[in-house]
Amino acid sequence: MKAAPFEYLRASSLDEAIEALAGTPDARVLAGGQSLVPLLNLRQARPPLVVDINRVDELSFLRKENGRLEIGALTRHRVVETSAVVRSEVPLLAEALGFVGHVAIRNRGTVGGSLAHADPAAELPAVMVALDAEFSVRGPAGERVIAARDFFLGPHRTALEPGELLTRISVPTHRGGWAVEELSRRSRDLALVAVFATVTLSGEVCETARIAVAGAGPTPIRATAAEEALVGGALTDDAIALAAELVAAATDPPGDLHAPADYRREMAAVLTRRAIARAEEGA
Amino acid sequence: MITVTVTVNGRTYRADCEPRRTLADFLRHDLGFVGVHVGCEHGVCGSCTITLDGASARSCCLLAVQVDGAEIVTVEGLAENGELHPLQESFRKHHGLQCGFCTPGMLATAMELLEENPDPTDAEIRQGISGNLCRCTGYQFIVDAIRDAAPGR
Repeated sequence: MKAAPFEYLRASSLDEAIEALAGTPDARVLAGGQSLVPLLNLRQARPPLVVDINRVDELSFLRKENGRLEIGALTRHRVVETSAVVRSEVPLLAEALGFVGHVAIRNRGTVGGSLAHADPAAELPAVMVALDAEFSVRGPAGERVIAARDFFLGPHRTALEPGELLTRISVPTHRGGWAVEELSRRSRDLALVAVFATVTLSGEVCETARIAVAGAGPTPIRATAAEEALVGGALTDDAIALAAELVAAATDPPGDLHAPADYRREMAAVLTRRAIARAEEGA
Repeated sequence: MITVTVTVNGRTYRADCEPRRTLADFLRHDLGFVGVHVGCEHGVCGSCTITLDGASARSCCLLAVQVDGAEIVTVEGLAENGELHPLQESFRKHHGLQCGFCTPGMLATAMELLEENPDPTDAEIRQGISGNLCRCTGYQFIVDAIRDAAPGR
């Protein structure tokens, strides 16, 4: 299909983009376009105005700063995925990006676009929740910072107020082992279920564990009960099995023609077992 | 209407289009590069894949106005002086074309794959083209063609 007509503004600065968004409440932001343009083509989105931020250069950066990775919202997936700094400082993010669409999509797709789109089956929102990332957003009233955990409110719903734009993603670096386990219908499609985990060990004892799940609820799910169960003990088969059950219990998966809810819940447990075992190996 | 200027296969073109015009339709209908094949129009099939500023991109998932000033290579730009590109030659040799609909997208994807990985394994080739659907399901011949054209072999 073809998109319905809309007004188009090519913003040349952040201020210009924010002003335009604030002036037209139903306006949509065009970053990489890898989610928005299909929605326009299918007429699932019919915005009166599209604000193109591709020329807002101040939104495109990637650097290590005070022990954190700072990512401009317009930074393309492929740039982050192939960055040596990301591979060494936040390897979970680099691995997860390898699961986001195919290379042609990652060449264009942006980190901020993926997060603002807030697809519950997408990888990046869940990774950011797993890593306790913080998002800077800017609007007519100025800037504020939102924790990744508080950003996702429902399918395609975020804490962004009308006129606000996601500008910067701040990710703590992490050490230890990590793993992404994903089940999808076709390689690199959106996840039916995906689990993102990091683990650090002190000798045999699990010091920290972080687990988040995509595709298993209206938002990414941070499995805190499972994390707490793992910390302070050895990662025995029994401990991992218990954590997997706790992860499954924390999910609220949708059922559709691709996979019933029970199947997704069971797969969340299976993928968690694999993810923790693999994260432990690298820890 | 907005004026869009792009360089396609080394020549600069300028044309007016509506903001809602996808890059695929702009290349195909407004500029005449009919090697850009439009399949699903929502980023699933990969048939419209082109090379944009040196990297593969889905032209159905981009608006033409978004890429004003860009450099594009379509399948029409692969052959030089009437000689097929070695990858195209390999597709012909291995019967990797089948009906030909997915071929331009497959070629753009394979060009980038071989640039980044000059000697891919079969598994890496299959992973690399997993975003391009062949409606003839002729993947084996396509994999053969890409493997045989790999410069590192």
